[in-house]
Amino acid sequence: MQLELRDVTKRFGSLVANDRISLTVAGGEIHCLLGENGAGKSTLMNVLYGLYRADEGEIVLDGEPLQLDGPGDAIAAGIGMVHQHFMLVPVFTVAENVMLGNEETGVAGSLDIDAARARVREISDRFGFHVDPDAVVGDLPVGVQQRVEIIKVLSREAKVLVFDEPTAVLTPQETDELMEIMRQLRASGTAVVFITHKLREVREVADRITVIRRGRVVGEADPTATNTELAALMVGRPVELTVQKDAPTLGEEALVVRDLTVADSTGMVHVNGISFEVRAGEVLAVAGVQGNGQTELTEALLGLQEHVKGSIRLDGRELVGRKVRQVLDAGVGFVPEDRQVDGLVGTFSIAENLMLDRSFGAPFVRAGSVQVGRLEEFAREKLQEYDVRAPGIHTPAGNLSGGNQQKVVVARELSRDLRLLVAAQPTRGVDVGSIEFIHQQIIATRDSGVPVLVVSTELDEVVALADRIMVLYRGQVVGIVPADTPREVLGLMMTGERPAGAVA
Amino acid sequence: MTTSAPTTGPAPVTDTPPVIAVVSKKAPVILAVVTVALAAAVALGSQSGDTSFRLATRNDFVEIPDITVPAVGTAWVAVVLMALCAAESVRRYLAHRDTPLWLVAVFSVIGMIGFLGWAAAGATLPVVGLLAGALALAVPLVFGALGGVLGERVGVVNIAIDGQLLAGAFAAALVGSVAGSAWVGVLGAAAAGALVALILGVFAISYFVDQVIVGVVLNVLIVGLTSFMFSQVLAPNAADLNSPPRLGPVTIPVLGDIPVIGPILFRQSALVYLLYVAVAVVTWALYRTKWGLRVRAVGEHPKAADTVGIDVVRTRYRTVLIAGAIAGAGGAFYTLVSVSQFNREMTGGAGYIALAAVIFGKWDPIRATLAALLFGFASNLQGVLSVIGSPVPSEFMLMLPYVVTVFAVAGLVGQSRAPAASGVPYRKG
Repeated sequence: MQLELRDVTKRFGSLVANDRISLTVAGGEIHCLLGENGAGKSTLMNVLYGLYRADEGEIVLDGEPLQLDGPGDAIAAGIGMVHQHFMLVPVFTVAENVMLGNEETGVAGSLDIDAARARVREISDRFGFHVDPDAVVGDLPVGVQQRVEIIKVLSREAKVLVFDEPTAVLTPQETDELMEIMRQLRASGTAVVFITHKLREVREVADRITVIRRGRVVGEADPTATNTELAALMVGRPVELTVQKDAPTLGEEALVVRDLTVADSTGMVHVNGISFEVRAGEVLAVAGVQGNGQTELTEALLGLQEHVKGSIRLDGRELVGRKVRQVLDAGVGFVPEDRQVDGLVGTFSIAENLMLDRSFGAPFVRAGSVQVGRLEEFAREKLQEYDVRAPGIHTPAGNLSGGNQQKVVVARELSRDLRLLVAAQPTRGVDVGSIEFIHQQIIATRDSGVPVLVVSTELDEVVALADRIMVLYRGQVVGIVPADTPREVLGLMMTGERPAGAVA
Repeated sequence: MTTSAPTTGPAPVTDTPPVIAVVSKKAPVILAVVTVALAAAVALGSQSGDTSFRLATRNDFVEIPDITVPAVGTAWVAVVLMALCAAESVRRYLAHRDTPLWLVAVFSVIGMIGFLGWAAAGATLPVVGLLAGALALAVPLVFGALGGVLGERVGVVNIAIDGQLLAGAFAAALVGSVAGSAWVGVLGAAAAGALVALILGVFAISYFVDQVIVGVVLNVLIVGLTSFMFSQVLAPNAADLNSPPRLGPVTIPVLGDIPVIGPILFRQSALVYLLYVAVAVVTWALYRTKWGLRVRAVGEHPKAADTVGIDVVRTRYRTVLIAGAIAGAGGAFYTLVSVSQFNREMTGGAGYIALAAVIFGKWDPIRATLAALLFGFASNLQGVLSVIGSPVPSEFMLMLPYVVTVFAVAGLVGQSRAPAASGVPYRKG
């Protein structure tokens, strides 16, 4: 079994997402596709899966060129894909999701749900997945949902299995288990394509590594290559993998959170009675797998959540129950986790986005009218200062790359007079160069004496920025530990285990 | 580096976070307001005498005697019981618990009996006729709601239900007259509904136009088109083109003779029996077949459906056409059952009430049917009460179906979730 991509080219308008990419993967091997966000990995895989049509080039399976007009053709050819954003219907059961598109039917098209259940059990047992076929997918933890995706693909007898950034939502333990599953698949003769930007994982399981940068194959590497070598290949220049910072100069306890509970409109509790404090000049990093209350915690800090109990005090002033504007006026800077939804208005210009939370008065608004001259001057200054790569200040923010968009958000928040910075996933989907820059800005903010709360699901980022680490699990604080806590311990804590010696 | 402890000390980490009751105060408020309203009506209105509830009809196996009660007394007993229900609802609200559906149901039944007993003072209320008429009037609403449920389940909001009903009514009259057969008329109605759905589909599915806007525009278009055709074509040739044969009531042997149930359910027009079949088939198909699974997947997460090789666009078209045909068939009620000719704008906005039934019924065919029946009941109540001469002004009674709609949708739906991709066009890539 051998799958070959020959000179695949895909363009979106003037942007060349894939430029003559060639790649082969054989049965019984794990081929890693390494590249930064936006390098074109996912586009390439969507071409392979029939979701996009290649402008040039061909896909060849065992010497036969494939005509892929849709995912149905790819599935028929034995290509399966575990998507980064799971392609599961949340309100369906596991069995329903697995059978969808591949249904076994009885009289008059009636569903044979028992056959689907049996199939889920059979595959689940073969790989030791422990998945209940009747569980509703939306109620399952993400790690289990991913197994449902894998079962779904395997039930279609895939010979080539593509994993698109599969570890982004997993705990370190779940990641290890996924690696084990990949090895099992390899042993059973399946060809595995593993797309990622995480160097550690690549070196652990890959048989071969292909590195992509800006839509082109820039090289192949051995699994024995070092992190630094791989990173340099991926980014195109030597990269600093650690953040330069000195020991913090700690001030008073500035942010004090006590017994904070946040529920949603259905009464489900997402943050469950947590207490912590951040001192001036300190970075408290919140670690945890996505969906363990981080979103609700940061939104509660800004006053965006409705059902909040407990107390949030900033410099002694209570923030719970205040309006968002009052919280902003109290000096809270907020980098939201999804910049495209909450951080920017994509159709607004960079300049307009830079004044988004300062539209109430000086310096940008006087007597109800925007002070265009002052705003443009400010915007030009910030573009320079934050190294935003854009044609000009009137470019719509939506046209920028992820890294430059995030720099606009960071520039806006940091250019106010801050008493607290809350940064949620500050570098998600951001290129390595911008990550370095944003990390430097966060540390500089800390060093100016501002308390900083960073939320990240990337353990590397947490460890790099933190002075202390708070681990969240199911809305609860598992523990607040020093920054030099071993990764294994942090990983365990992210699964809810409280290690001996760690004080909650 | 300091490691601080919260004041409460380490609590064990739990896997299942608690659920805090987030209770809405809508239910207690609405129950209290309705109770006060009825009490005020009884206290201020000058009603006296007895009210008889007639449960029997001709041809029943057993003759059930009329139930006669004092009008005002009954109303006051009902008010007291309703007040108790409202108090229980308030108590639950204060204890952070939701008002259960059964309490609302008990309240509604008591309130209805009290209101009817009071409003029909000095007269005899034909209970069976009231309910049978309610079912008959609900026919277009149920068909419309089924069409609406199917459309939304596949991800297309079908605001054009009213247009489909009206087009169905028009086609049923025309085709039925020409063919001289009511059943051919029903087929014509279904085809007309599907045609409206096709236009909706082309704009909403293929051209990504806002579905609400297309739906509203279609409704206006159909009103104009049928009115024009009526005055230009049907009215001048009424004998040939606008006098379809009627679908009269058909009594089902045995079942139709059961007291109370028989005359309500089994002495109806053939369209009602078609409705029973339609509700059963749609429910079964939606939840138990491959087609239904795909429809629901496309309405919830079209991209997921696409990635397993399901053609989202084709599934949407097919389902929207079926939905349109069902709604269109409902339109045949107006010209083949209700009256035997087409008239301008004869649906009277029933399609919008059907749409409300879809939401009130939480996008489920059975519940939407029940909701449509409730609205049908409100319509028929208005008619029956004005016939027996109730003290409530007829203008107010005409509002009743719409008031019930607003209350039902706004107040008592509770937690409900539309299909996730309803109203969202699917663009590949």
